[in-house]
Amino acid sequence: MESSTVQSTTTADSTNWVTVCALDAIAPNTGVNALVGTEQVAIFRFGSTDEVYATGNFDPFSKAFVMSRGILGDRQGVLKVASPIYKQNFNLKTGVCLDDETVSLPVYLARVVEGQVQIEAKG
Amino acid sequence: MDSLVEPRNVSMPNRKQTLVIVGNGMVGHRFLQLMVEKGAGDRWNLITFGEEPRLAYDRVHLSQYFEDKTAADLTLVKPGFYQNSGIKSYVGDRVVEIDRQRQVVKSANGIEIAYDRLVLATGSYPFVPPIQGNDATGTFVYRTIEDLDAMKAYGQQAKTGVVVGGGLLGLECANALKSLGLETHVVEFAPRLMPVQIDETGGAVLKEKIEALGVQVHTSKATTDIVSKNGKLVRMEFADGSSLQTDMIVFSAGIRARDELARNADLQMGERGGVMIDETCQTSDPKVYAIGECASYQGRTFGLVAPGYQMAEVASDGLMGVAAAQQFTGADMSTKLKLLGVDVASFGDNFAKTPGAKELAVTDAVAGTYKKLVVDADGKLLLGGILVGDAEAYGTLLQLMQNQIPLPENPLGLLVAAAAPALSMDQLPDTAQVCSCNNVTKAQLCEAIQCDGITELPTLKQCTAAGTGCGGCVPLVKDILNSELKKAGVEVKNHICEHFPYSRQELYHLLRVGQIQSFDALLEQHGTGQGCEVCKPTVASMLASSWNDYVLNTPHVGLQDTNDSFLANIQKDGTYSVIPRIPGGEITPEKLIVLGQVAQEFDLYTKITGAQRVDLFGARLDQLPLIWQRLVEAGFESGHAYGKALRTVKSCVGSTWCRFGVQDSTSLAIEIELRYRGLRSPHKLKSAVSGCTRECAEAQGKDFGIIATENGWNLYVCGNGGMTPHHALLLATDLDKETLIKYIDRFLVFYIRTADKLQRTSTWFKKLEGGLDYLKQVIIEDSLGIAEELEAQMHHHVDTYQCEWKTTIEHPEKVQRFRHFVNADVADPSLVYVQERGQKRPATEAERAVLSQSQDALIAPVP
Repeated sequence: MESSTVQSTTTADSTNWVTVCALDAIAPNTGVNALVGTEQVAIFRFGSTDEVYATGNFDPFSKAFVMSRGILGDRQGVLKVASPIYKQNFNLKTGVCLDDETVSLPVYLARVVEGQVQIEAKG
Repeated sequence: MDSLVEPRNVSMPNRKQTLVIVGNGMVGHRFLQLMVEKGAGDRWNLITFGEEPRLAYDRVHLSQYFEDKTAADLTLVKPGFYQNSGIKSYVGDRVVEIDRQRQVVKSANGIEIAYDRLVLATGSYPFVPPIQGNDATGTFVYRTIEDLDAMKAYGQQAKTGVVVGGGLLGLECANALKSLGLETHVVEFAPRLMPVQIDETGGAVLKEKIEALGVQVHTSKATTDIVSKNGKLVRMEFADGSSLQTDMIVFSAGIRARDELARNADLQMGERGGVMIDETCQTSDPKVYAIGECASYQGRTFGLVAPGYQMAEVASDGLMGVAAAQQFTGADMSTKLKLLGVDVASFGDNFAKTPGAKELAVTDAVAGTYKKLVVDADGKLLLGGILVGDAEAYGTLLQLMQNQIPLPENPLGLLVAAAAPALSMDQLPDTAQVCSCNNVTKAQLCEAIQCDGITELPTLKQCTAAGTGCGGCVPLVKDILNSELKKAGVEVKNHICEHFPYSRQELYHLLRVGQIQSFDALLEQHGTGQGCEVCKPTVASMLASSWNDYVLNTPHVGLQDTNDSFLANIQKDGTYSVIPRIPGGEITPEKLIVLGQVAQEFDLYTKITGAQRVDLFGARLDQLPLIWQRLVEAGFESGHAYGKALRTVKSCVGSTWCRFGVQDSTSLAIEIELRYRGLRSPHKLKSAVSGCTRECAEAQGKDFGIIATENGWNLYVCGNGGMTPHHALLLATDLDKETLIKYIDRFLVFYIRTADKLQRTSTWFKKLEGGLDYLKQVIIEDSLGIAEELEAQMHHHVDTYQCEWKTTIEHPEKVQRFRHFVNADVADPSLVYVQERGQKRPATEAERAVLSQSQDALIAPVP
């Protein structure tokens, strides 16, 4: 990657957006892991579109930082990612685990602006 | 010994009475099951003796012990059944005396038990003809698992085996010898095989079929002498002056009732042996019952399991005081069997002994089938019949006979395989006995289907026990199931997931017929939604095995499980293990050193796998391309340990080094591994090649395994180790290499095309209707006419193979995906290791807690 620096911009809605990579850097229907501050954030791209979602990269079941390597899909129309280690599924929009509602991933706002993926920086 | 006698409670009628069952074979066990079902627990103390070292097992399917079944598979007793039902069992102890006066039985181990009622279920013993030398070393009988173990052990050093007796059991036994890999002969005294069940023409057809399978049949042969030299069996001599060389002999010339206990206790005997019983299965002493093969009714004994089970019903009814107690009035000796893969059935008045009976028969010399019907004088009712070579109609014919359903205008039509089914399930009365082994009626099956919501054949069999005896009624049970499900409007689904309304097999067909090249196209044409972690890898595997495109190409990369996606095996901490291909387990010292150097350089935990390879653990995602750069330079290729794909072809050193080897197993293993490397399949595929029958490479525990013989190669299929080990099955023997590879090509592609997702070859085989015979027909005889197509698909795979790692490191944009962060050249900061036995391993949670206190910087730069 040409830039390992993090650019952040503050917008009118007061969300602090951080540009992490070009959309092209994410193969369709896969995820990548980004370093946002000290957080590991998994960013997923649906299809060849600019529909992107972001969750924490930490898998609460295996306790490994691997969520970005999960398979994307849907269950009854709910978009989800499956943990690559033990295959639990998580709702991409809410982060809630579909197989155990007491567990969830943190979720982050994500968008594509001029071909660049931006993530909400927390804290 | 009086002190050992447990008192019975004759004086206290409210207390339980004692019922002793002598013999724990199939019938003895069935009797106990029935007693428990009928509520015996409140009325009887049940005590059983069995002389064998194990509880009852399925003697009917004994020869499967030489194929894929273990003693545990054959058991009839559900774990804990005796304990939970309060049945006391003396295993490995034989009752040696009955004292009817005192109502006491004594066992070989000195146990004495006083009984109120006694049931004899002592079964039978194999008849050994009085031939000179019949007790020589190398002679066997075929009755118990111990007999089979002895045959197996002796068979290791034998080349030829002879079965004396060409009846039903004799042919079963010949099958067993054949499974041992022996040149097998059957010697029969009568002029034809199975003289009790089938007629002359049927016998001739059967003989021809069996000889075509490589078993030599000698009829009209009376053995006069068994000759041994130096304590080793050498030949048998016949009355006509001829002789036959052999290494072992198994006597299977019929059975005799084990009635010596009853005889010594002065119970009345049947004219031709067996304990005489009446319609209630009581002997001449009303306190003693006899059931199964040891019993004689009206001078006849019954050497099949179904009549034994009927007697168990009758006796248990009587002992439980069932109001409408059943009676035993003789038995239907109808039977259908698969002997050496040949269907044989015989039912009712098979020899047309009824006055005025007429016979109609069809012989097809080309197909090798013989079918005969015996009808009454008017040709209206079916009285019996014989089927050889194709017994598919058996179930229907038996029902037509038993329920006296009028025959169609031209009954011969019933014998033509392609003809429409003669019997609609609705025609069958509810009372029709579908399974005669376990006495299950159509009404019971319908009730199970309707009330318990059963939709699958295996569940129906399990719940009702129908079809679990001889198995002859299974097609009929299936027809009833399908007919009932159809009536109820149930559609049987085996869709792979919510996104595709198809089974994997159907989807594979659609993909190939439509030449579909991507998941998106398949989803668009045949599915809905976005897909999921079930269908995506399944389709990725189907695409790979059909078109063999590079799996990390853009349309496919998002479909892959993480292992395939990063071409390595993910471990619990999110790092990967790396297994380079070491074909056949053969590696040069130079390459072995490279593996060590790579492991040192990248600090990888190193372990030898069970598949003769080296596994390097703890590789970070970002390290994988660097590691493979080194490995590819040194001449290594991807080992596909991460894929549902061919893993390894294990080998022994074979004739090259080993003093016992008969063929070069290492060279063949390497050739085969290189041929099928990279082949994606429904589940992982393992293989092995052994250079002799000592089988050091454990080929019989693999999806496909090859064992060298002096004449070529034996091919075994559908075995595996792991959680549920399965012994592989012998598909073909003494093949030359070209034929061997042709068969493996066909087998693998047939499996890949038709298996369910994540179904290994052994489970696939279990669900394959028609079993091993069907598989042989498809693979060897090309009965489906698809062999050429299957081979072509494999040739395409072989021609288009590429090392996925070589391709990956040659494409910088593919290597990009292996960085841990898309936006920073930093390694995963969360990984923590400790040292153990001189190597690293992931820290436990407790260790992490301690270590992280001393490590402030969680983010370390990539070294």
